[in-house]
Amino acid sequence: MEQSEQDTVTNFTVPEPATKPSAAPATGTPVFDVKGVSIYYGSFRAVTNVSLTIYENEITAFIGPSGCGKTTVLRTLNRMNDLVVGAHVEGEVEYRGEALYAKDVSATAVRRRIGMVFQKPNPFPKSIYDNVAYGPRINGIRNKGKLDEIVERSLRQAALWDEVKNRLKNSGLGLSGGQAQRLCIARTLAVEPDVVLMDEPASALDPIATAAIEDLMKDIKSEYTIVIVTHNMQQATRVSDRTAFYSVLVDSENDTRTGTLVEYAPTADLFGNPRDERTKAYVTGRMG
Amino acid sequence: MAAVTAETQQPDLREARGWRRTKNRIMTILMVVSFVVVLIPLGFVLVSVIAKGASVISWSFLTSGPIPPIVVPAGVGGMGPAVLGTIEITALATVIAVPLGILGAIYLNEYGGKNPLAALIGFMSDVMTGVPSIIMGLFIFTIWVLHFGLSGLAGAFALACLMLPIVIRSSYEMLRLVPNSLREGSYALGATKARVTVTVVLPAAIGGIVSGALLAVARAAGETAPLLFCIGAAASANPNVFSGANTALPSQIFANANQPYPGAQDRGWGAALTLIAICFILMIAARIVTARFARYSR
Repeated sequence: MEQSEQDTVTNFTVPEPATKPSAAPATGTPVFDVKGVSIYYGSFRAVTNVSLTIYENEITAFIGPSGCGKTTVLRTLNRMNDLVVGAHVEGEVEYRGEALYAKDVSATAVRRRIGMVFQKPNPFPKSIYDNVAYGPRINGIRNKGKLDEIVERSLRQAALWDEVKNRLKNSGLGLSGGQAQRLCIARTLAVEPDVVLMDEPASALDPIATAAIEDLMKDIKSEYTIVIVTHNMQQATRVSDRTAFYSVLVDSENDTRTGTLVEYAPTADLFGNPRDERTKAYVTGRMG
Repeated sequence: MAAVTAETQQPDLREARGWRRTKNRIMTILMVVSFVVVLIPLGFVLVSVIAKGASVISWSFLTSGPIPPIVVPAGVGGMGPAVLGTIEITALATVIAVPLGILGAIYLNEYGGKNPLAALIGFMSDVMTGVPSIIMGLFIFTIWVLHFGLSGLAGAFALACLMLPIVIRSSYEMLRLVPNSLREGSYALGATKARVTVTVVLPAAIGGIVSGALLAVARAAGETAPLLFCIGAAASANPNVFSGANTALPSQIFANANQPYPGAQDRGWGAALTLIAICFILMIAARIVTARFARYSR
């Protein structure tokens, strides 16, 4: 992990929420364009002035200490925060050129294209089959043969098929933690979303289940755009193409704190050659 | 204590003597005593009702009618009309109150949010739980019976008024227990609120909702006061629940048990046992239904 840090020594700017995206080769098509976004829960400003661009068929990781707003930003990308009473977003979030928070945009339609996997596995109290078929069914697919096909494809993509193919009628709640999380991933993939948002998908799992989920992320990357929030920096280096480092700004006068984006760069650059002091402190383990 | 010297290394693992141990004993004894005290009246009720009612019960007592006048000795006629009336009226009350109550609970928990209207409705329904059943009977008597006459339907309305707040409260508590993560999981797949409620929240809570509803049914089946004003006292079976005087087991218990004639008293006990048996069957049904619906919620 130790890299040469000489060339960054000159860069001593900071406490400002400096959020210039790194001048990395922007190869892919932008999927999300987040511009100057602040997110409030009631009068509490949870996240301040975040700007970043997320590219197609890449894995983008959000890292940072607790309370830095990375999950909040993630939940803004498919309007999950609409469900929280009092939450609102300032600034612009564009999804493939469309304003995500425009008046006539339906959160339901957004979430059909932008799926989400949660920190705690949350299989429905239904059979394994019905869990995976849930999304296609609410989208109007009733044909048994087609559903069978989707269920098998999704479970295979989530690397769960071989473990559950003989007990598809059993309850989804009877699976182990790692299996349940892969079931939730299969459920998300079953609706063939454009983007998959993952909120610390492996934080409750053992290393083997974590490795399985990381492998699966790399496998499905060619078809999906993935954004993952993680507390685990090794995980970010292992799977992600780009990493955004968030941090907490503390205003000791008013005793308020807010999350902000500190640095966003290709993963190798962010970890090997951080431009911000706070990033450097965090990724080298001196803070957080 | 004794284990201070070096040669006896045996640790004393018993709870130390003293107030703490005494307190523990006292509390344990108190709990056992209260359990027994609670069981005594229950056992006494069951034993006396079975002892005095079992001799009267027969197939013809349960099914045949008409209900004889109070002076007639036991063994003539039967409680058939009252059994039929209780089943009809309670079923109708269930059909009225359970869907309304569940929908009300869904509104309160899923749609109400911090809306003041929802808070008001929740509060009023709790107040309604405390309204004495005879007031419900009077209420229906005033607004319905005075205009349309006695009928099983009026009794069903009164019972439904009693059941409604119980169904709302129990369903609401069950819906509240559904973890939010399930709702979010469904929303994240692009489900609408109605879809989330119908396909995820209700199935997850259905076991508790059904058992709560059946408890309300059992409670209503045993109510006497609201029926007194509303259904009258027919002696023969009235299969038309929507018009004409009807009768029910609680009313018959009320009418027979306080009479000086031994025949009437026997019929009262028999009706009491029948009513307890019906409630018992409903409770067992509640358990079975809950277990069945809980198949996927381990």
